[in-house]
Amino acid sequence: MEDWVRFLEINAPRILELTIDHAILVSLAIIVALLIGVPLGIYLTTNEYLAGTVLQVASVTLTIPSIALFGVMIPIFSLINQGIGFLPAFVALVLYSQLPIIRNTYTAIKNVNPEMRDAAIGMGMKTHQRLLRVEIPNAMPVIMAGVRTAVVLNIGIGVIAAYIGAGGLGVLITQGISRGDNYLIISGSLAVALLAIIADAILLMIQKRFTAKSLAN
Amino acid sequence: MITFNQVTKQYNGSSTAVKNVDFTVDQGKIVVLLGPSGCGKTTLLRMVNRLESITEGEIIIDNDNSKDLDAIELRRKIGYVIQSNGLFPNMTIEENVMIVPDLLGWSKKKKKERFNYLMKLIGLDAKDYGKRLPQELSGGQQQRIGVVRALAADPPVMLMDEPFGALDPIIREKIQDEFLAIQREVKKTILFVSHDIDEAIKMADKIMLLRDGEIMQYDTPSEMMMHPKNEFVSQFFGKDRAIKSLSLHTVKNLEEVIGLAQMDESIQDTKTINVHQDLRNTLSMLLNQEADQVIVTNDEGGKIGSITIDLVQKYLHFEIKGKMSVSQEG
Amino acid sequence: MNRKKLIGNAFRIVVYALVIGFFIWALSNQYLSYIWSDSSTFLVLLRQHSELVLVSSILAILIAVPAGILITRPRFRKAEWLVTNIVNFGQTIPSLAVLALMISVLGIGFQTAVFALFIYSLLPIFRNTVAGLDTIDKNLIDAAKGMGMRPYQILFRIELPNSAYSILAGIRTAVVLNIGTAALAYVVGGGGLGVWIFTGIQLFDNGFLISGAIPVTLMAIGADYLLRKAEYVLVPKGSRQEART
Repeated sequence: MEDWVRFLEINAPRILELTIDHAILVSLAIIVALLIGVPLGIYLTTNEYLAGTVLQVASVTLTIPSIALFGVMIPIFSLINQGIGFLPAFVALVLYSQLPIIRNTYTAIKNVNPEMRDAAIGMGMKTHQRLLRVEIPNAMPVIMAGVRTAVVLNIGIGVIAAYIGAGGLGVLITQGISRGDNYLIISGSLAVALLAIIADAILLMIQKRFTAKSLAN
Repeated sequence: MITFNQVTKQYNGSSTAVKNVDFTVDQGKIVVLLGPSGCGKTTLLRMVNRLESITEGEIIIDNDNSKDLDAIELRRKIGYVIQSNGLFPNMTIEENVMIVPDLLGWSKKKKKERFNYLMKLIGLDAKDYGKRLPQELSGGQQQRIGVVRALAADPPVMLMDEPFGALDPIIREKIQDEFLAIQREVKKTILFVSHDIDEAIKMADKIMLLRDGEIMQYDTPSEMMMHPKNEFVSQFFGKDRAIKSLSLHTVKNLEEVIGLAQMDESIQDTKTINVHQDLRNTLSMLLNQEADQVIVTNDEGGKIGSITIDLVQKYLHFEIKGKMSVSQEG
Repeated sequence: MNRKKLIGNAFRIVVYALVIGFFIWALSNQYLSYIWSDSSTFLVLLRQHSELVLVSSILAILIAVPAGILITRPRFRKAEWLVTNIVNFGQTIPSLAVLALMISVLGIGFQTAVFALFIYSLLPIFRNTVAGLDTIDKNLIDAAKGMGMRPYQILFRIELPNSAYSILAGIRTAVVLNIGTAALAYVVGGGGLGVWIFTGIQLFDNGFLISGAIPVTLMAIGADYLLRKAEYVLVPKGSRQEART
């Protein structure tokens, strides 16, 4: 226990810094993923033919092991001299987030009660009004569930990104392995676990705040 | 025959669900356990096949104390139907229906014969439906399958927990009629839970009305409506219990007591009704048509007279209300 | 052909073109050449990788499924929330850390990797087993009991067939994850195709990177595909999830 106190005294600032790096990487990836995934998911509800293909591609992407995806990306990004570092990690995380976000947006919008949609059309709402006022608010809880899945997933995958020089909490674990230092490994993994749990809790709170009370369940 | 001797059920030693219940279900009869929710009717039913334990007292099924039997063996000898049909989605209709015979180790041939017989009872094609899955059937069909599944091993006793409760009114009535027809053939001893008074009047040889785990009255439906033992019973059956009790009387009964009216040949498009139809249906038929009369036919289809609202009212007055105890009308 | 179909087909063609383009690029740069030029090493790594996945997955299935069944029995139900919470927490711990922490317990080598992969695969299988058993309509169990089925008959004839879709999906998730995590076995000296990927990263050698990464990817996609097919065969038609909704 005393060892832990001493370890934390020395390393706390660094752990915090890496946690913030980790959080930034994941947050940026999620924001970009949302900007792509939500409009795409909404569009897919109007084009069944494309929906099948896109969801299939996204689902195959998710089965690609992260270290293998990084392995493939390094040579590709080397072409633009970005083989190692932030960019390949960032792109990988965006790709991995697509399936949960697109799929949840797509099914949520699809499952909006058709009577509600009819009522909105009957009131004379235009397509974008209907989307913004009726469909998206009603689909919100399911979309947010997709975001939560993506965030927790990405926090885990972000660890592996340390191997390609993207920083973050994975650095503690990889250093711990190479130095045989269990303190580093344990503190790194606990920080990752805590980050995932806290992020999930915050998103759940946001989800509840932005969800109409009647839809809270 | 099922006999309840001073049966009591207590949960965790505190709340009492069933208190000293003492009654007998006669061989081949249907007894409906009726009462508001939480009155202990389902608990009482589930104590018979020991899905609920008995705190005090005993239940005797055809001379055997249920406590002395192995719970599994006991249950295989008792048909069990529940509201949400409980059909297993992973099994075909035939597999579902033949579960208990299968558990009992019947031969393939015997099972096949039994399945064909049961499907004939409910008017479904055994070959066609046998291979289907429960989800491919309508709600009414699923419930029919639920009923014949309980009959599969020909158990002497059946327990039915609101078996038709989830069906819409039209289908419910149809299946009730169908079930009564089956019962006339198979003559099982049946304990039937319901919260629907009309269903109870229709299905029951005897009704047991329960409140807070205690018997309020145990009688035939007509006795119960005409001579309610206490305020609760008369209130439970409601102020319109006289009209409700019309369903216990047929056109035939009316004919025997006050006679039918002459047919008025001048009235066009009057409907006809069978002489064995009950008076409640007759009355609703009269109220729902233009003409003032309905032609009564016998089983051969011959017209034997007509019936009017006046006649039903007269019969109601003399035969039913006259015999009712007036005191509890409050 | 209408416009929507056109967009759909265009997307499909772009995806195919990207995949084919990648392979042409990789082949023309000799990035996949180690698979042929050093085929003996490749086969050894492939075998190690398969063994890591198979041994750990089978062990995990043998432990996690019965554990999931046990925790959902009435006798142990009270512990369910506790175990579920521990499992949920466990799933947020990175796979790399699980591997790394095993070093201090078991040292370096194949067994360490197998054990870590086994531990990590337990979670999804256990979780899906419990979820599958928990979502079975309680009326079905009541009906089965009322008809005089014994507990083991209820388990094998009703509960397991009707939760098979969930249990098998958990196994699929675990195996696919496992193939990816096995690529990290290199860090605990467990071998496998990860050896080439990590060598590639350390030496900036695209050949090692791609020759390691592509087989691992194909293994994961192939396993996912095969296990989906297996689910289709094994899950009773009436209890397939799609069929229910």
